[in-house]
Amino acid sequence: MNWWQRLLRRRKMEDQLEKELRFHLDQHVGELIARGLSPDEARRQSRLALGGPEQVKENCRDARGTRWLEDLQQDCRYAIRMLQKQPRFAVVALLTLALGIGATTVMFTVINGVLLKPLPYSDSDKLVAVNGKSDGWNAEIFGEQNVAYLDFLDCARESRSLTIAAALYNGGTASEPGEPEYVDLREISSGLFSVLRVPIVQGRSFLPEEDRPGASPVAILGNGFWQRHFAERADALGSSVVLDGKRYTVVGIAPAGLKLFSDEADIYTPVGQDTARYLRNRAAHPMHVVGRLQPGTTLSQAQTELALLGRHLAEQFPDTNAGRSFQVRSLRPKVGNIGSKLWLLLGAVGLVLLVACVNVASLLLARAISRERELAMRAALGASRGRLVRQCLTESAMLGLAGGLLGVLIAADGIHPFVRMWPGALPRAEEVRVDWHVLLFAFGISTLSGLLFGLAPALRTPFRNLEQKLRIGPRGIAGNSRRLHSMFVISEIALAIILLVAAGMLGRTLLHLSSLDPGVDVRNVLVTRMALSPATLADPAKTRAAWKDVLARARNVPGVQSVATVDTFPMRAGDNEEGYWTSADVPPTNKLPFALMTSVSADYLRVMRIPLRRGRFFEDHDTLDSTPVVVIDDVLAQNAFGAQDPIGKRLWIPDMGYGGNVFEIVGVAGHVRHWGLAGDDQAKVRAQIYYPFAQLPDSFMHRWSELMSIAVRTKIPPLSVLASLRSELKGVAGDQVLYEVRTMEQLANESLAEQRFLSLLFGIFAGLALLQACIGIYGVLAYLTGQRVPEIGVRMALGATARDVIRLVLRQSLGMIFGGVALGIVAALAAGRVLMQTVDGMQSNEPSTFIIMIPLLLAAALLASFGPARRASHVDPVTALRQD
Amino acid sequence: MAEKSDLPQGTLDLLILKIVALGPVHGYAIAQRLEQVSRGVVQVPQGSLYPALHRLENRGLLAADWEETESGREAKFYRLTRKGQTQLETEAASWQRLIDAVGLVLKLSEGGVE
Repeated sequence: MNWWQRLLRRRKMEDQLEKELRFHLDQHVGELIARGLSPDEARRQSRLALGGPEQVKENCRDARGTRWLEDLQQDCRYAIRMLQKQPRFAVVALLTLALGIGATTVMFTVINGVLLKPLPYSDSDKLVAVNGKSDGWNAEIFGEQNVAYLDFLDCARESRSLTIAAALYNGGTASEPGEPEYVDLREISSGLFSVLRVPIVQGRSFLPEEDRPGASPVAILGNGFWQRHFAERADALGSSVVLDGKRYTVVGIAPAGLKLFSDEADIYTPVGQDTARYLRNRAAHPMHVVGRLQPGTTLSQAQTELALLGRHLAEQFPDTNAGRSFQVRSLRPKVGNIGSKLWLLLGAVGLVLLVACVNVASLLLARAISRERELAMRAALGASRGRLVRQCLTESAMLGLAGGLLGVLIAADGIHPFVRMWPGALPRAEEVRVDWHVLLFAFGISTLSGLLFGLAPALRTPFRNLEQKLRIGPRGIAGNSRRLHSMFVISEIALAIILLVAAGMLGRTLLHLSSLDPGVDVRNVLVTRMALSPATLADPAKTRAAWKDVLARARNVPGVQSVATVDTFPMRAGDNEEGYWTSADVPPTNKLPFALMTSVSADYLRVMRIPLRRGRFFEDHDTLDSTPVVVIDDVLAQNAFGAQDPIGKRLWIPDMGYGGNVFEIVGVAGHVRHWGLAGDDQAKVRAQIYYPFAQLPDSFMHRWSELMSIAVRTKIPPLSVLASLRSELKGVAGDQVLYEVRTMEQLANESLAEQRFLSLLFGIFAGLALLQACIGIYGVLAYLTGQRVPEIGVRMALGATARDVIRLVLRQSLGMIFGGVALGIVAALAAGRVLMQTVDGMQSNEPSTFIIMIPLLLAAALLASFGPARRASHVDPVTALRQD
Repeated sequence: MAEKSDLPQGTLDLLILKIVALGPVHGYAIAQRLEQVSRGVVQVPQGSLYPALHRLENRGLLAADWEETESGREAKFYRLTRKGQTQLETEAASWQRLIDAVGLVLKLSEGGVE
């Protein structure tokens, strides 16, 4: 019989035990009678010899080894009965726990999905990323270095430890079928889907012979594009799409939700068919390369091999590959710098949960003390201390688990609204769901919090001076319980203060940031990316003419005041950085200061209303034939020239690739918060350089035109000109499109979305913590004053007034509140530092935050104390004295 | 609340195993044998017998069946399992070693006094 059988046959076992002992007694009695004793005497003696039958039975049950389970059952039933008897306590405790555990579980669900889950490919631990590595590369500014296409082909051919594949980010205009649309394009090597082990849902992946120049054009459609343009029809296979004027035969459909490198592509084409010159140039590094470790090879073998391949290429092609190699790392999901924020939020909800635990602990403790007589009685009847502690812990663990269950329900419901509310797009949002990891986590924290808040009351189970406790009962309140209670209130207040101050800091930061001058006038500006007709992009002269035409047409749209082209505009992800120097002896690239490069047309300052501090901005006479010029901002002027006048000075920008890389500074413009209101102060690169689009040589036209946006200042609400702008700019062939349309006002707002979201969340958390701290103070004071009723009775009998009594109670509560405030301030200072490291643009902790937040807490805490105090002052001395 | 037995710790189990080894036997008979065997030397409170029996059964050293006694009543008869047999042998051996060692020490000290 194993233990669960024994547990199931408990009834039978009990019967057998009873029968066995009765047999023993009967035998004994019989024998004694045979020896001549009277039946009564025989029965007495045999009972004496065996000992108390109940005790023997207890010991036998203990020996059975299923004791703990039977006890657990019993304790659970008992706990449920106790909770039913005190529904108000049960509801408050369950709700606070459910909120705390629910919020914590939501945060963990997000962290689990975004940070902890492996990539959604099979055997994803065998996937690696291959990056370029070179001495002159500034990874801090530019991020990981990609790989030249020819280098990729060589590695793919030579490598024995890896099967590798590559993808190139691109975009283009899909003009058939349906409305022309600017699409997200991935040019991929034929092996990409098989390396990632992503199945093509319909059709097939690219064949190696299609991944070559001159092969017939084929495409795989992204699932979203297939839905939009083909309504998910199966006959998409074999039909065609027109992309940048070229017709591609559709051979496959990618699965839904496939996000190679963080976003879903619309169309995939074989990169081998692309004859662009930069793909044949080993000095250009556009390819994202991923690989799968061959069976039986390790990451370090692959690293060694790729480093070796890199060395061979450097010897073979010293002009382009000298000092250049490859590095191999495990492929990780790209989630940016979101991790620290998620952990910060988990920490904050953890504090809320902690407050809830302390709160429930103090309520439980109050109950434990009033139950002291009951527990002492049970101890006197023979329950061991461990047994009583276990019973108390079972009760609290049950509360914890019940709260956890409610919490998981809250989390399962709340996770989707939460993800949708996340400012911008939460990376890997599709991975965020409640799975067994989350359930395990919720179970873990529920049990943990149950034990946490159950421990103090459980350890107080009476075991000494039983007799005294039985006699004086619950009125005899020991000083150390009052201390314990004060400690609970103090820590609740301290925790609430941390959250209040954090919320205050975030709120202040938000106010401060929104009052900042972004450097541009964000009102009435429309910014949108624009794709020229693919036909014009083939010829640089046509491209120039097309942009001039776009500007002229846009200017004539009713409501438009001025218009400019710009490649990267402020507050939008997207930037271009170059190193610069102020003299001809330029140091190596990784030693240079960097500046943001923005290519604009002449009206840009007017559209954005960026102030011109000195000199002039670009004019129509800045052309291909005139001196290459740039305009710099305040920051660069200050950094590079200090007090000197930069006008007429020259800048050397070694990687510009035109004008001999030397440029004359003709003007200084005001600094623009390119990285958003919040991010700019901390940004690694702040200095700005504007260069005229008109001076770009022909070879730049195609690439720059692909990235171009237009900025439009309007006289009326900017979005209202959009329709006429679209139709005016459609072009002769009707295939010029505007996409990613925004107003500058929206962008400025979005640049604060994270701060706004965090302050909202922290505000909610702080509110919850404050509410719970108040419930805690109220509960503890009500309990403590309840214990003091006889004392108050005596005081009143001796002449104390109601006011004196109120003062007495409030003094006690003030002591606890101030203790909590003092502790909270210290902790909040530390927490503030964490916030400043995690949140962009965070303002330092200033006294004013405390000055606002602490009185708020004091007022709430005093309000909570006032109820019990008033009730104490209404005590009738006679009844109070008679109470014991 | 186990009363303190005057037996050295663990000897009760050994004695029970030994008695049961002689053949299937019920609890009362074990108590009687214990008393006969140890009369005047050690006192085994009957109250600690049954918990010990249940513990040994639980550990798989004893097995139990309900059988009829000569008088026709049903009683729980304990018998030794194979595991119990091995346990009995090792414990008896270690008990013997202990006694020898203690005896040796006692003789030594007596020799010293003489």
